[in-house]
Amino acid sequence: MAKEEKIVVKGKVLEALPNTMFRVEIESGHKVLAHLSGRMRMHYIKILPGDRVKVELSPYDLTRGRIIYREKG
Amino acid sequence: MGIELKSEWELRRIRQAAEIVSEIAQALKKEIKPGISTKKLDQLAVDLISKYNAQPAFLGYQNYPATICISLNEEVVHGLPNEKKVIKEADLVSLDLGVLYQGFYGDIAFTVGVGKIKEKARKLLTVAEEALNRAIKEVKIGKRVGDISRAIQSYVESNGFSVVRNYSGHGIGRDLHEEPQIPCFGESDTGARLLVGMVLALETMVNEGTWPVKILPDCWTTVTADGLLSAHFEHMVLVSKSGPAVLTF
Repeated sequence: MAKEEKIVVKGKVLEALPNTMFRVEIESGHKVLAHLSGRMRMHYIKILPGDRVKVELSPYDLTRGRIIYREKG
Repeated sequence: MGIELKSEWELRRIRQAAEIVSEIAQALKKEIKPGISTKKLDQLAVDLISKYNAQPAFLGYQNYPATICISLNEEVVHGLPNEKKVIKEADLVSLDLGVLYQGFYGDIAFTVGVGKIKEKARKLLTVAEEALNRAIKEVKIGKRVGDISRAIQSYVESNGFSVVRNYSGHGIGRDLHEEPQIPCFGESDTGARLLVGMVLALETMVNEGTWPVKILPDCWTTVTADGLLSAHFEHMVLVSKSGPAVLTF
């Protein structure tokens, strides 16, 4: 069986939770629980509520994701 | 990196790019007559693209030297425009065009017969186009990429033709080719699930004979290994809540 692929959505960070977890509201209105990706941690990239970010979601659970990019501006 | 789901404003830009590429393709289609050289068509495309304030998508892409792909008869895809390559009566001409507009890509392809073509060629055209229509029908939320592939393959093969395996449809948006790959062959219920916001460039590449293809010494033009005809159709389709939304025409 071919692989299911991850999907990438854009959203806005609503609140910061402990352990670099964030509640993000994605474009469709849904709120997902997302954690900061290891790569961003490695480069000390901080995320604050209000930032626009790209979130990677698994097709198996669309309520949890991984923040992979913070947009500028 | 994953399949990108496009937001409203991105979709607006993509729709514009799709509209532009469709209008230019329609204009070029009218010019496909016996006697016109493929180089002339390429130049026409360049002129039209700049009139729309867009850029050619293929020029320079992996070092592709032209703006359109124009493939005659047994050429499958990526035929290079050339002054010496002239369209003549009874040719089967496939034209593939891509544009970049405001950061987003549009991609479209179609095949037409010039004047009177052989019965087999006419059938090939009809089957290739219908295969694409069937593929578009499979674009619904919850369906998977494999369902689209299977629809194309089963329809084409049930008509005695074969499906090209070396090239495939693809996602499209900020990049000309994005995930997922949508081959013309496959098993149902495999592959990525289709979700709202995905923009797919669905393509059908159908061979009159067998599927193997080979690339000519010019490093681009792809021809059927058995020398028989090939047709190519491509449309951009958005996965929306109410089913497929075909962005090109």
